[in-house]
Amino acid sequence: MVSFVALLVTGAEILISHPRFYWGETGNSGTHPMFTIPIPSSRDTVPSGYSYVMPDQNGWSRYLHFEAAWVLVLTGVVYLIAGLFTRHFSRNLYPPPVDRNWRAFRDVFAKHLRRAPPDATESRAYNAVQRTTYLLVIFVLFPLVIWTGLALSPAFDSAVPAAVNVLGGRQSARTLHFFVSGFLVFFLVVHVAMILLAGFKSRMRAMITGHVETPSERI
Amino acid sequence: MSKISRRKLITTGLAATAGVAGLATASRIAQQYGLIPPDSGGVYGPGETLTYAAQRLLTNNSLAREFPRSMISKVPFANETAPPSDAFKRHQAAGFSDWRLSVDGMVAHPTTFSLSDLRRLPIHNQITEVACEEGWSYIAEWIGTPLVNVLNAVGVLPQTRYVVYFSIEPDWWESIDMADALHPQTFLTLGMNNGDLPVSFGGPLRLRVPRQLGYKSVKYITRITATDSLKRFGKGLGSASPEGGYAWYAGI
Repeated sequence: MVSFVALLVTGAEILISHPRFYWGETGNSGTHPMFTIPIPSSRDTVPSGYSYVMPDQNGWSRYLHFEAAWVLVLTGVVYLIAGLFTRHFSRNLYPPPVDRNWRAFRDVFAKHLRRAPPDATESRAYNAVQRTTYLLVIFVLFPLVIWTGLALSPAFDSAVPAAVNVLGGRQSARTLHFFVSGFLVFFLVVHVAMILLAGFKSRMRAMITGHVETPSERI
Repeated sequence: MSKISRRKLITTGLAATAGVAGLATASRIAQQYGLIPPDSGGVYGPGETLTYAAQRLLTNNSLAREFPRSMISKVPFANETAPPSDAFKRHQAAGFSDWRLSVDGMVAHPTTFSLSDLRRLPIHNQITEVACEEGWSYIAEWIGTPLVNVLNAVGVLPQTRYVVYFSIEPDWWESIDMADALHPQTFLTLGMNNGDLPVSFGGPLRLRVPRQLGYKSVKYITRITATDSLKRFGKGLGSASPEGGYAWYAGI
């Protein structure tokens, strides 16, 4: 969590030095961007449309971005190994056979829209939508954000040119890195909002201790 | 609550001791094989060291991507530089005929090269990308002589670990390890896209390090020094970049 916030803040700071995005291998202030973020830049060479130049924060931002990335990757490796050993993924996250269809998804949404209270099984286990989202985040978004980030390293690309070439080039990798990070931030915002809605204290207790207060206990 | 058993205590203790010993050994081996960057101190040191060590193990001899001529950028971007010094302006007025590159330090024969001396060395070209830490990039053809040719000509000593290079402009200097200094794509660049190297792109002489970000490719080179330690240069952090808050190793 700490490294995610560090990556987000420093990533935003680095973006400010060139808030223009391109597709393909190359792109710079002299070429047409695919899109721009309408904010002032921390470089006066960038045609941002503003006369104001933001303070340059790239030095420490880059140091911290890569250090936080290491923390995230190493934590992720421990989590993956632990998850495989304890069968966390297959037991708690991979949807059970009854949930591997669209009806299961529809039921989750319908139940939410009816504002039905969670039953005992639901407060102990993840539903089909949660399971699918978590699996996507763990096995698609995080690997993608690491891959697109690594593809921005000229030295890494010299060792593994395919890492950047299959993404369509350096600037495509940068643009994808931005979008995948955006999806992760979106997941985090929704995830935290859900926790707040479900009751911050009981959810935090459940996350850390694994103990869940079921509706019957509360009565 | 389970009680901590003696066996558990012993195994944990042994594991912790092994861990500390392992780290100490790893650090000694890393030092020996040159896997610790000069800016490894401070809060960002562990991250920098991991990045540099991991990439050195992975990329020692790898080549930066080269591109077909058709991909050369029609609009290369000359990043802004500080206003030129009077010394540079004098050279520019004279058409750079008196430009000199002095090579000294841990070398058998310290030598001063004129631009025409450099042009007499084997000249190569490469079509590679310049990637700035800010995010932008362009591709150009770079023409020059690999730095290794100059290092061989002056007889660089075997104990050399770094090559430090200086711009004619004040406070603009960088250094690279031998993996990059001896790398066939590290060029003392004299030309660009079939012409002379324009001043805005670092002419008359720029050291291109294509496996690292643009800021390692210092413009207007006048001096190169071979050394076994970066401690004696500037604040001892390796180059001007860490003194300004940027990482010494920019292969990321």
